[in-house]
Amino acid sequence: MNTFFTAFFDNLPQVLSGLGVTAQATVLGALIAFVLSFVLGLMAGHHNIVVRGVSRTVVEFFRGTSLYVQLFWLYYALPLLTGYQLSALFCGVLAFALNFGAYGSEVVRGGISAVPRAQWEAAVALNLSPYQRMRRVILPQALAQMIPSFTNLLIQLLKATPLLWLISAADLMTVIQQLRDRTGESLVAYLTLLVCYFILAYVLTLLMNLLERAAKARLGQHTGTGGLFRSRSAASVESVPVVGGGA
Amino acid sequence: MNGSTFDWGAAGDVLPLLLHGFLTTLLATVLGTLVAAVLGLLIAIARRTPTRLVSVPVRAVMEFVRSTPLLVQLVGAATVFSSVDPLVIGIIVLGIHYATYTSEVYRAGIDAVPKGQWEACRALSLSPRRTWQAVVLPQAVRNVLPALGNYGISMFKETPFLAVITVQEMVFEARDYGSEHFAYTEAFTLAGLIFLVASYPTSLLMRKLEKRLGH
Repeated sequence: MNTFFTAFFDNLPQVLSGLGVTAQATVLGALIAFVLSFVLGLMAGHHNIVVRGVSRTVVEFFRGTSLYVQLFWLYYALPLLTGYQLSALFCGVLAFALNFGAYGSEVVRGGISAVPRAQWEAAVALNLSPYQRMRRVILPQALAQMIPSFTNLLIQLLKATPLLWLISAADLMTVIQQLRDRTGESLVAYLTLLVCYFILAYVLTLLMNLLERAAKARLGQHTGTGGLFRSRSAASVESVPVVGGGA
Repeated sequence: MNGSTFDWGAAGDVLPLLLHGFLTTLLATVLGTLVAAVLGLLIAIARRTPTRLVSVPVRAVMEFVRSTPLLVQLVGAATVFSSVDPLVIGIIVLGIHYATYTSEVYRAGIDAVPKGQWEACRALSLSPRRTWQAVVLPQAVRNVLPALGNYGISMFKETPFLAVITVQEMVFEARDYGSEHFAYTEAFTLAGLIFLVASYPTSLLMRKLEKRLGH
């Protein structure tokens, strides 16, 4: 048991750099997925059937084909087709963004359609342009509702990042696996790795809960501090139409 | 193979292998869902016991399993229990991981049973066992079936993880063939399409079922 932790602390720089890769993949993947969620989600609510159809097709495609296969396709198959090899981290970010963007679009769609009809009507009555309507009235209300589901997806994304190990990006899992190979302490090594992910998940949840509180405060709905540490990783069964890891 | 085009010959070669692997994928999904459905119910009931000695540790373990990556759990379990068949490990780990999600579904379903039903059971002095068996569960389970189905579909899309612990399911076959013949494009494209073809109608069906049971 001691040998693993000795190795862990002796190689702290590598561990931290692995942690950095994992964090980078999570944050970049999540940011692009977030943008994509809005693009696809708003397209899904568009009055033009072609626009709606494109969004539907893209979403079903990326949700239906398994993240794992998408990642492998980008890493192994794309270079054979195009001659370009994307870096492992880039493949990971791209695959996470496309997959979770597809899941997120449902969150956006659901959040927008949950804003009461009267709000739309009031905005029209006040002669707001479609852009102003979205930006000033609908989105602020929808966003506060979407955050718990986005938290859920963010944790799922974090949980998908160990896939980077399979395409040999030097993420946290890769580094800890190397330490395990060197020390032979399987049980301790994997438990440590799990604890690391657990802490990361909790930090992300806490940040997202703070964000939700801020979004609600902007709408004049103040919430107590009690719920800040509440875990959200499976709470949104009702709010996401087809739930799940997306992996 | 010049590699810049889709080779239909290779595609024809790899398809039977993929379909064979697909059977293992399906088997793992069905058995994993079964484990998750049963274990999830047990967790949900354990979390409702009045003894905090039971409910608090159960909650802590559940929270931990749910917040950590399935891939790490799989690889860890397969390494620590290296003498057990990887498929068995895969099914158990998938089942446990998803049980932490299904238990929430059950919890919501159980909470939705009106309080008056519990009180009526108490008034009739039914044993706890009878209360669950004859009154609460029949009402709760009907409402949770669509959500359980959705988790089954998610699990299906995560079964490729099993390839990592050398279970010979579809993605394992795709990788194997791809590396041997340098035909990743054909292998992974087809594997992706098989997933799509299998999961899309299922999710449509679940949505329909959800609508019928829901409103």
